[in-house]
Amino acid sequence: MKDLEHLLREHPFASGLPSAALSLLVGCASNVQYEPGEYLFRTGEPADRFFILRHGEVAVEVYAAGRGRITIETAGEGDVLGWSWLVPPHRWLFDGRAITLTRAIALDGACLRAKCEANHDLGYELLKRVTHVMAERLTSARLQVLDLYGDGSGDVV
Amino acid sequence: MLPVPYRVQRRRQESHDTFTLELSRSGSAPGLEFAPGQFNMLYAFGAGEVPISISGDPARPDVIAHTTRVVGGVTRVLSRLRRGGTVGLRGPFGNGWPLEQSRGRDVVIVAGGIGLAPLRALLYALTANRGRFARIALVYGARTPEDVLFGAELERWRTSADVEIAVTVDRATESWAGRVGVVTALLRRLSFDPANAVGMICGPEVMMRYAAAELLSRGVAPDSIFLSIERNMKCAVGHCGHCLFGPLFICRDGPVFPYERVETTLRVAEL
Ligand SMILES: Cc1cc2nc3c(=O)[nH]c(=O)nc-3n(C[C@H](O)[C@H](O)[C@H](O)COP(=O)(O)OP(=O)(O)OC[C@H]3O[C@@H](n4cnc5c(N)ncnc54)[C@H](O)[C@@H]3O)c2cc1C
Repeated sequence: MKDLEHLLREHPFASGLPSAALSLLVGCASNVQYEPGEYLFRTGEPADRFFILRHGEVAVEVYAAGRGRITIETAGEGDVLGWSWLVPPHRWLFDGRAITLTRAIALDGACLRAKCEANHDLGYELLKRVTHVMAERLTSARLQVLDLYGDGSGDVV
Repeated sequence: MLPVPYRVQRRRQESHDTFTLELSRSGSAPGLEFAPGQFNMLYAFGAGEVPISISGDPARPDVIAHTTRVVGGVTRVLSRLRRGGTVGLRGPFGNGWPLEQSRGRDVVIVAGGIGLAPLRALLYALTANRGRFARIALVYGARTPEDVLFGAELERWRTSADVEIAVTVDRATESWAGRVGVVTALLRRLSFDPANAVGMICGPEVMMRYAAAELLSRGVAPDSIFLSIERNMKCAVGHCGHCLFGPLFICRDGPVFPYERVETTLRVAEL
């Protein structure tokens, strides 16, 4: 099996990180696996980690009374999941449930926050990358609320 | 060009608002040769005429399929046609997808909603000559799982024609085990060779703009990204100006355009 450093280096999230920064990241990383139906995180729980998905598919869900579980989006191989670890009060705002067998690298948020406080160069590097992920998510969410394929858009062919 | 009467051989309800009509000319009249991406003007008697892409197999010119979403007067009348009913047809019009230009290259297809209709004709053509192309991938976005079109064909192309197929919906409940989110997120994850890829996109214009931007950011050249622009038209032969898109007539110069030719016009809200 490839070691964590190797796996991280291959991922766009960590690609181009200086070796020293990568080593710090590896120090907070672990390999995790989830069976279909298992939760990676649950609403309200402390957001002490985030995930770099290596394999599988995860549904980000919210429970609505009377409507059941609503999937907001799914994330899959290559995606970075979770930024609540960086933003107070560090609690998950949604549920994350594995739809298929999921393998990921989990990064310990408290560990990373401490290292970022101590090493602002690393902190800035990580912040740029997390911001990029957040910006992509925000754009996707905006497109989703436009309901492009719906009746009201007047834009559907 | 006058409409020629065609008869409905088969009607299939694809989703709550979308249906397919398979049309044939009566008697021994020759079939209608067409290129994937071309469209016909369908005339619903008493209601009017609308441009609708050909969604069927180009190798079957005797059966002309049109997949239509009901949005207004004419499409509603068309939706009421049943087997044996008659529709007027002029066509085929327009230029179609760049098949020759795609030989030996990765083909990345992005469809949104009813935009899959003209791309289905393309998929028939690509899979009939599978060996001519490198990777073929379809990324398809629909509103809900119930709106996903051509499920059986997608499955067949996935399993027996080596087409990578990723379907995503904007909203779903837990019974849907597939993907949820926008097509651009799926495009980001797709592996292909941007330097040797051709992108073909059809869907709502906003979706096409973002999908093209994603392909560009992956490194696909602007002259290798093609969009089918389907703003409305009347004459279909480049006379009336109804479908003018900037300096371009959609009916005569399109509906398929390389991104670089429509980039600026696409940003203009209404023309
Ligand atoms: C080249 C081309 C290919 C097309 N292929 C297909 C196809 O394969 N299947 C299909 O279902 N539709 C297709 N369309 C769109 C189709 O022509 C229109 O939906 C149809 O003309 C609507 O007619 P109507 O009388 O039912 O509705 P109208 O009463 O004319 O319109 C009802 C509503 O739909 C909107 N609308 C109408 N036409 C369009 C359009 N082109 N784009 C966005 N909004 C529109 C109107 O603004 C209005 O809000 C295509 C259009 C073009 C130009």
